[in-house]
Amino acid sequence: MQSQLPIYPEQASNFAPHIDALMLFITAICVFFAAAITITIVFFFFKYHRKESTAIGIVTHEDSRLEAVWMIVPLILAMAMFGWGAVVYVDYRNTPHDTLDVYVVGKQWMWKAQQPNGLKEINELHVPVGRNIRLILASEDVIHDFFVPAFRVKMDVVPGHYNTMWFRPTKPGRYHFFCSQYCGTNHALMGGWVTVMEPSDYSAWLSGSSGGSTNPAVAGEKLFAEKACITCHVANGTGPSPSLNGVYGAQVLLADGSTVTADEAYIRESILQPNAKIVAGYPPLMPTFQGQLTEEQIFALTAYIRSLQSQPVPAKGYGIAPPTGKK
Amino acid sequence: MHRTGDLYGHFQTLEQQKETATLGMWIFLVTEVLFFGGMFLTYTINRSAFSTAFGIGSNTLDITLGAGNTVVLIMSSLTMAMAVWSAQVGKKKLVSIFLIATLGLGTVFLGVKAIEYKQKFDHHLIPGRGFDMKYHPAHPMAGDDLKELALEKKEVDEAFAVDPDINFHGQLYFSLYFGMTGLHALHMIVGVGLLIWLIKGSFGGRFTPQYNTPVEIVGLYWHFVDIVWIYLFPLLYLIDRHR
Amino acid sequence: MSNTPPTPDLELPDEHYLNATYGSGIRSWLLTTDHKRIALLYLASVTVFFFIGGVLATMIRIHLLTPGGALVTPETYNKLFTMHGVAMIFFFLIPSIPAVFGNFLIPLMIGAKDLAFPKINLLSWYIYLIGGGFVLYSFSTGGLDTGWTFYTPLSSVYSNSAVTPAVIGIFINGFSSILTGLNFIVTIHTMRAPGMTWFRLPLFAWAHYATSLVMILGTPVVAITLLLAGLERMFHLGFFNPALGGDPILFQHLFWFYSHPAVYIMILPAMGVVSEIIPTFARKPIFGYAFIAGSSIAIAVIGFLVWAHHMFVTGESTYAALTFSFLSYLVAIPSAVKVFNWTSTLYKGSISWDPPMVYALGFIGLFVIGGLTGLFLACLGLDIHIHDTYFVVAHFHYIMVGGAVMGYVGGLHFWWPKITGRLYPKSLSQFAAIILFVGFNLTFFPQFILGYLGMPRRYHTYPPEFQVLNVLSTAGASILALGYLLPMSYLIWSMRYGKVAGPNPWPATGLEWKTDSPPLTENFHVTPEVTWEPYDFQNRPDLGLAASARPLAPAHGDD
Repeated sequence: MQSQLPIYPEQASNFAPHIDALMLFITAICVFFAAAITITIVFFFFKYHRKESTAIGIVTHEDSRLEAVWMIVPLILAMAMFGWGAVVYVDYRNTPHDTLDVYVVGKQWMWKAQQPNGLKEINELHVPVGRNIRLILASEDVIHDFFVPAFRVKMDVVPGHYNTMWFRPTKPGRYHFFCSQYCGTNHALMGGWVTVMEPSDYSAWLSGSSGGSTNPAVAGEKLFAEKACITCHVANGTGPSPSLNGVYGAQVLLADGSTVTADEAYIRESILQPNAKIVAGYPPLMPTFQGQLTEEQIFALTAYIRSLQSQPVPAKGYGIAPPTGKK
Repeated sequence: MHRTGDLYGHFQTLEQQKETATLGMWIFLVTEVLFFGGMFLTYTINRSAFSTAFGIGSNTLDITLGAGNTVVLIMSSLTMAMAVWSAQVGKKKLVSIFLIATLGLGTVFLGVKAIEYKQKFDHHLIPGRGFDMKYHPAHPMAGDDLKELALEKKEVDEAFAVDPDINFHGQLYFSLYFGMTGLHALHMIVGVGLLIWLIKGSFGGRFTPQYNTPVEIVGLYWHFVDIVWIYLFPLLYLIDRHR
Repeated sequence: MSNTPPTPDLELPDEHYLNATYGSGIRSWLLTTDHKRIALLYLASVTVFFFIGGVLATMIRIHLLTPGGALVTPETYNKLFTMHGVAMIFFFLIPSIPAVFGNFLIPLMIGAKDLAFPKINLLSWYIYLIGGGFVLYSFSTGGLDTGWTFYTPLSSVYSNSAVTPAVIGIFINGFSSILTGLNFIVTIHTMRAPGMTWFRLPLFAWAHYATSLVMILGTPVVAITLLLAGLERMFHLGFFNPALGGDPILFQHLFWFYSHPAVYIMILPAMGVVSEIIPTFARKPIFGYAFIAGSSIAIAVIGFLVWAHHMFVTGESTYAALTFSFLSYLVAIPSAVKVFNWTSTLYKGSISWDPPMVYALGFIGLFVIGGLTGLFLACLGLDIHIHDTYFVVAHFHYIMVGGAVMGYVGGLHFWWPKITGRLYPKSLSQFAAIILFVGFNLTFFPQFILGYLGMPRRYHTYPPEFQVLNVLSTAGASILALGYLLPMSYLIWSMRYGKVAGPNPWPATGLEWKTDSPPLTENFHVTPEVTWEPYDFQNRPDLGLAASARPLAPAHGDD
């Protein structure tokens, strides 16, 4: 139970204890130095208080060894802070593989989240406890930032980019989330609640309230036909463009000989700027869809392409790099 | 502030005054490098992101006028250097002659730049509402090389086929083109003003081997502006030029 | 008063820069090229902006008394904090110490008659006014609601407020800063009096040299960046707008390339002020002169290499984040060196509690907290949580208000007798210093906790659990406001009724104290020649102190 005047928020994710410990460590060092300096100054202030109006101080000569000590000691402590902070940060920036992916779109001034089964929420986010959750963040307009104090995590939501963040909730409950990058008039209202549930409750919630929602892969398939993607990206590889079967998560061989992993960011880029990375053996035919798709539609298309992961890859007409021993 | 001859009251000696003025100009030029630096960085990043649009943009520039202007500017740096030298060795008449030559070449440069801007205006290549990279190929003007224009049309059409947003990215190129050359031209105009001031002084025979700081520091400034153009010309005109 | 030497009744000099006439009345001020008069023009104009920023800050704090917001609409609130930031940062903090005290003192301190380029100096004040005019125009016609950081695409596309004139105003104002920095660098290089070697320069001059480096190298970049954002807004270009292919993160890189070093424009001069005050009132040479001077330059140089620590959660590459975090820790070292050296200077000093000293010690206290909390923000793991929360707000106010403004007010108290020739009431000003210190801590310390609890910055409304700390903060702010109004009133009072100070009331060792108070237009009757080391009280019989009365033998002098 939190006290009346807490000094830290609840700890509800895998990162919270680490970040709080880091906070404590740095605070301890800083309090020590601040106290030492304050006490010294106050002590000198009284001890060497001027007694006669014309008295002068006694010259103390500078000492390079002393200067070296008070450069090196703080440097060592600073490096310890840097090192520990870096470990936590690298952990945060490297998402584990077994994540539950939730798409989150920020727009002035609301958050829309989409669960893996297509269930949509506004200013709410439901996640199961104990699972690694990955949020894939996109913005429709300006820069936002998704911030959950109880999880000690935040990440900017930048238009034109995908950012991802991950965490593992450790305690069921309801926690505030905020937009913490100033985004205009109602910036302060752009928040909501994360609900962390027991896995069984989460599945029940997912199935119980899924009425009216469409599976994003289904929506994506529809869009794939509507936008005429299907005319070129023929599944059996006979079209003018590569088949997308099995491409999600695979290595794609590019015209310049390099390879790239077909993740969300790559798929998004290929839809919006088709000529940024051309698949080897295919002409640059595809028009851009910049400005013609909302972020949610891109999510849906990505979900559809992802659902093709298990489809048979045609013998000819795919962009997947041959699985040589190179990489 | 009172002044005795060429020496301002807050300086002790003429040497100190000269050192101060020269150092001041150098530091100003350092600032200028960073001022242009921000634009060069923005240019570089956008050039690599939108190389197709930027390539087409480069090709619409008139290489003859650009190269000619480069020669004119380099010549003007030479005459400026000669003016400084003349002042240092005390050839008062030559100072005026070389300064006037520099002024003339600088004006030619600005004139040519104005012609180029006018062309862009006629071709609907000014960023804003009327901007259209397809306009010029579709509306040939008198004196246009039609074969050139057909090539340009083909290229623009190809670019549009793969990237319908090419007009946006083209506007980026042209806003950087106008921003960078405009800022450069502004510096030229300031330089021309300084030259006129120097020429006035040189007619009165003000610049002697003992006192020629103004000629020298305006010279520094003029060379700097010249060097900026030496970078602008290849960046804007030459990269990706293929016709 | 028993701690200062007894002073006979003094009179102001007959002729000094304030009553010297060149032309008549107001014209002699508006066309002056005297660095001291220009400094006073700056003093008046930055005070106007401080006042504007202060009123806005008061409204912000009153609004945040209740979770729902007590005073204004969300739109107005956003304008309040944006305009507070713009007025305070670009038009008060950046020019404050350099343009007022730097202008006034650098020529005096190095024994010159004026800055190297007096006309350019006046020009930079006019540029400041023009820039300020544009910004005030923006404030009064629709206001500004982008945050002082002007992040794109909010500022360049989405905001409905008067962004364009504000951006133009800041762009223009940049040149004022550049020209001031240029003037200082050249002056310090070429205008030093005979005997004033580099290592005899007052540390104030070293600090301003470092500051000027940042001004001339950083300001042009932010000028061009804001200009690009302005052009993007006016002509719908896409430099930073992702919808047109631009990159909003590029704006942040360019913006922080200047705006992080800009923090050092604010704090380095304040450190210079403190480095003058402490040896004067401890009456002994400053400890580690070369290290303090060198650390100023080190801060300016390393300060240019840390900008992307503002962007740890923008999704920048992990490697970039690691590099910038590492470099940010390095910049902490020279700051620590300064604090340790100031503290050591007090050892075996003859310390008086005169008002400037009280301010200087207040500065150290607040700067230590501000600097140390920077270590939290530079820490990658911790920054994930506290980035863009009130923790950041508290941190930079400790540096900029606790540090820079405390240094500025301390400097006012230290050099006021030199500027006006008169002293102010002593106990009242000591009291004001304590009020400022207490009020400041009460205002901003709760914000550290608020930030760690997760209250994001720039919120016009907040969850009720944050209310207690916000009320505390507002209470502190009202004490703080009193702390600023007090000096403002008694300093103005003293201009007329204060006791005449004499040329060197403290006494201090710098060259500026070797001439009349107020000085004459040419600064010195004869160009001085420096034959003593900086902050040396022992070999300065002219100060009238008991230097020779003390045994110099180290065996005895060691205790």
